This record gives sequence, C-alpha cells and structure tokens, in this order.
Amino acid sequence: MTASQSTPEQRRNALIAVACATIIQTIAQLLIKQGTLSLGENPSLFDALRGMFTILPLFGGYALYGLFTIIMVFALRHGELSMLYPTMALSFVWVTVASALWLHEPVNAMEIAGIAAIIGGVALLGRGDKT
Amino acid sequence: MTTPLSSMLWIAGGGVIGSLGGVGLKAGANRLKLTIPALLSNWQLMGGVFAYLLSSVLFVKGMSKGQLSVLYPLVALGQIWTLLWARVFFREQITRTKVMALALIILGVLLIKFGSDQAALAPH
Repeated sequence: MTASQSTPEQRRNALIAVACATIIQTIAQLLIKQGTLSLGENPSLFDALRGMFTILPLFGGYALYGLFTIIMVFALRHGELSMLYPTMALSFVWVTVASALWLHEPVNAMEIAGIAAIIGGVALLGRGDKT
Repeated sequence: MTTPLSSMLWIAGGGVIGSLGGVGLKAGANRLKLTIPALLSNWQLMGGVFAYLLSSVLFVKGMSKGQLSVLYPLVALGQIWTLLWARVFFREQITRTKVMALALIILGVLLIKFGSDQAALAPH
C-alpha cells in the first residue's frame, strides 16, 4: 500500500493524525529538555543512556517520542511524505503556547505571526491540492 | 561573533540526514508488516529512526557555536530537502499548494525562533 493508492480521505486523515500527534511530540520534547537538566553539565554517554531509564522525565519523554514515531509511521502508510513531514513543524506552535500558559512567558507579535503562518501552512496542506 | 563554517556544515548535514530519516520511515511504512521478524528485517524503518537520532545530535552540536541568526534559517531550510526526496524516491508531486504551504511553515518557524529570542532578551 503506497500513498498513491490511498484515497484523498485517507491522506487527509493521515495529516490530521500527525497534526494531533505533534502535541505528543511537544510533551516529549519538553520532558526530555527538563530531564536533561538532571544530568548536569557534560554528562558522559553512559550517564545519558542510564538516565533514559532512571530519570523519570527522560524515560517518559523518550517513551512518548517512540509513541509519536509509531503514529507517524502508520500515518505515512497512507499519507505523503511531502505533506506529513512539514506538518511536524506544528510542535513549534505548541511549545510557544505551552510556555505562555504554564511558564507565563510573554508572547510577542513575531511569535503570534509565526503561529499564524505555521497553522496557515498546515491548513493549506490539509485543504488538499486543487492544482 | 562570527559563525564558524563547521557549525553551518553540522546543521546543513543534520538537515539532509534528518530529511533522509523521513525517507526511511516512509519506505519502512510502505512495507510495514506487524510481525516481529518483519519488523526486525525492516531496515528502512530502523535506518529512518537512526537518521533522526543522528540528525538531532548534529543539530545540538552545530547550535553550540555561532550566530543563531545564521543557523536558524539553515535548520528551517532542511525542510526543503523533504520535498525533493519525496519527489525523487516516491514520485510525490511538487504542487504549488505544497510549495506555498512549506514557505509559510518555514517563515512561521523562523518568526517563532527569532521572536522567542527577542522575548528572552527584552526586560520584563
């Protein structure tokens, strides 16, 4: 089964699945970022590998990243690479929203314009090709 | 502060390898069978995951030295490779919609990156 044999609806569902999965990807990234703080500066490769199992945020982060990859692979069975890969950029939107909501970081006009541009781009992909 | 060529090469290389990771995942997905032996022999899938991990290491390495105003666009431009590989390996069409969407997404990523740097510098 390749993307060219899939129906437009299947391709669209694949895009929606990846768009939703970027929320999981974002949580994974934030957990990994937080978990690496516990590793301290200049950790050895061994410390980093052990940390993936002993530091809870790191473990959870990598587990969620694995889940995201599985969703991505299933979506790629029916969706086009050239549509699904750019959709992953939605994680930049979620990171910005999350740091505004939970870390109370101020959001400036550039960031709002960026959020609008990314959502607009993904929406354009979701609308499908008319050409 | 100038940006060393080595940093640019790490980032550019990370972009190429990461986009090839996408190719691996797609090729692996196309022949996906959910049995243990089939998954273990799905080298495209494993190669894809490995390429992703490798690209993130290269990005971290490249980002450690140099001006972000030079390096961020290089990260964002990595997206363009995907369009090219999708055409070459999977005969996906490069349509006007996809090009416009990708341009918007790259612009958006840059705006968010530079916007959050500015926010971090501003007193509040």
